[in-house]
Amino acid sequence: MSRDQILEVDRLTMRFGGIVAVQDLSFAAERKKITALIGPNGAGKTTVFNCITGFYKPSGGAIRLSHDDGKVIALERLNDFRIAKQAKVARTFQNIRLFPGMTALENLMVAQHNALMRASGFTLLGLIGAPVYRDAEKRAIDLATDWLKRVNLLDRADDAAGNFAYGDQRRLEIARAMCTEPALLCLDEPAAGLNARESAALSELLLSIRNELGTSILLIEHDMSVVMEISDHIVVMDHGVKISEGSPREVRDDPKVIAAYLGTDEEEAAAVMESGS
Amino acid sequence: MKTSSSNTAKAASGIPALLKTAGFNALIALVLFSLMVGVRTEAGSDGQLTYWTRFGEVASLVAAVFGGSIVLELLKQWIGPSGAEKLVPPAVRSGMSFVGSYLAPALLIFTLLVPVIFYDQRYILDLAILVLTYVMLGWGLNVVVGLAGLLDLGYVAFYAVGAYSYALLATNFGWSFWICLPLAGVLAAFWGVLLGFPVLRLRGDYLAIVTLAFGEIIRLVIINWQDLTGGPNGVSSIPRPSFFGIPLDNSDNGLAARLGIEYSPTHRIIFLFYLILALALLTNWVTIRLRRLPIGRAWEALREDEVACRALGINTTTTKLTAFATGAMFGGFAGAFFATRQGFISPESFTFQESALVLAIVVLGGMGSQLGVALAALAMIGGFELFRSLESYRMLVFGMAMVLIMIWRPRGLIGHRAPTVYLTKAHAISSDLVKEGHG
Repeated sequence: MSRDQILEVDRLTMRFGGIVAVQDLSFAAERKKITALIGPNGAGKTTVFNCITGFYKPSGGAIRLSHDDGKVIALERLNDFRIAKQAKVARTFQNIRLFPGMTALENLMVAQHNALMRASGFTLLGLIGAPVYRDAEKRAIDLATDWLKRVNLLDRADDAAGNFAYGDQRRLEIARAMCTEPALLCLDEPAAGLNARESAALSELLLSIRNELGTSILLIEHDMSVVMEISDHIVVMDHGVKISEGSPREVRDDPKVIAAYLGTDEEEAAAVMESGS
Repeated sequence: MKTSSSNTAKAASGIPALLKTAGFNALIALVLFSLMVGVRTEAGSDGQLTYWTRFGEVASLVAAVFGGSIVLELLKQWIGPSGAEKLVPPAVRSGMSFVGSYLAPALLIFTLLVPVIFYDQRYILDLAILVLTYVMLGWGLNVVVGLAGLLDLGYVAFYAVGAYSYALLATNFGWSFWICLPLAGVLAAFWGVLLGFPVLRLRGDYLAIVTLAFGEIIRLVIINWQDLTGGPNGVSSIPRPSFFGIPLDNSDNGLAARLGIEYSPTHRIIFLFYLILALALLTNWVTIRLRRLPIGRAWEALREDEVACRALGINTTTTKLTAFATGAMFGGFAGAFFATRQGFISPESFTFQESALVLAIVVLGGMGSQLGVALAALAMIGGFELFRSLESYRMLVFGMAMVLIMIWRPRGLIGHRAPTVYLTKAHAISSDLVKEGHG
């Protein structure tokens, strides 16, 4: 795989019993770019996400992640928490999964668990209150504060995450994923349930993550205004296979995409695609 | 104005409904009582069946149910929907929150002074030691159930491992209490990890059942492994703890003789009291510290959402195992203390009932709350003693008290959660938001 690709999905197949959810899917995500995975409901997008982030073990194919230092990791061989810990892939969930009974700040502190565990000497240094740990905790709080500022939730740092409005929870979940300092950020429908103003703010946030921090982003999204505005590259799926790929403009004009997305009524499809631009 | 008019409207429409409910209850009563009370059967003098009817009694019972239902319904309408809001007036609640902030230090100071105040009352000192043992067990189990959200019904197993570790090491090798105490904790933690490995893949009800079985397995092994544990006869003449090498007895070497004061058996009781208090406070201190460390936050995060934890790179298996091991270790300490206090242990002390009692303390206290667990242990163990004069009605009164508390405080005495870290101000988090965990 080339140097400027961070993620390469190679002929990924995922079967559940007799049902083939994803078939021979191949695509690549470029480093420091935003790649979007779109498609109608049931196209298999979330299955691809779950394979990449280790929640499913793929039935076939390879998923390779390459870090900045040139190290290539085979994600299909890692499982569970190791993908987040070693491969540095962070994700959010379609139905938000915050820790509702913990404050926003605590949520972001949990995200820095592995770094803090090392600093606390796997709890022993922390238990005796060693200065090494205290410094590390201070830095962790600073990082969390920084992210709370970025997502505009600083004044609610000490409130329980479960009390937040829907849009705020979405932003907090992205902040939490970013606190793991990932190489690749995977977002599963980050704009779902947001109003137009919140969607615009989300686009801005994602662009700033790409531009200022250089984090690569892979996202699933239905909100075309967001996808078309921020994506550098779009992969379109339908019924478990890739039907199109390219820049937002190319994808928007692809008749196959229009047909898949909105059935046969091409005029209506074109209208919807147009509205997203 | 609006509320009163809506109330009267409700009452007006309520009369037919009221009669309907009361009539329905009376009908059920009629069906039940006509058989239970209405027909009386007895064996006659030659062994034949004789029976007679008591319709008068049935009629009065049904009438009582009918009238009672109406009164109950009217009371319900008068009081309004039940719940915490109505049962406890706001003034009382604000007073309680004021008391709450000073309760923990006040309770600690009082506990420290218990041996001074009740020096001559052996019964109260013994009871206090018992309560403190359960406080410690509750705090230990709180790590597993309250923080990590893993329902453990076999906690008594670790208590037993700790007690037998101390008893066997002390009687067979003659090791002192202060060497055996950490060993008992380590052995219990080891068993915690051993149990944890196969079990932690399970969740929720399944985890509860397997831990329940583990508690029974340990007890059955103790009963049947006669060579080592003495089986049902238990282990007797377990050495008493010494005051760091100085025995607490009536000999010339004893602490009393060395200090030049008159010997009294109460000295040993008081020593045991402060020993269990120190152990319990150690448990509390370690738990409070652990909560503020990454491992403690990971436990709570695990309780809130395990999938999200994995997505953040947290190794959920080791995190659960550490919770299990930590809880087991404290159980082991408490077990060692139990063995040295009793001087005799047998499998009968480690039945499921103990597990259930400790779990009830944690749940009643409010899962995760240290103060709540201490109060619940006091209420459960102390309260049970308090009702001793009621004899056979004791369980009834106790059960009613539990039901009332669960209506008033469904999430335990202290249900809210205190954040472990804050930027400006720590707000207590309402219990509605805090998850209970599901395995």
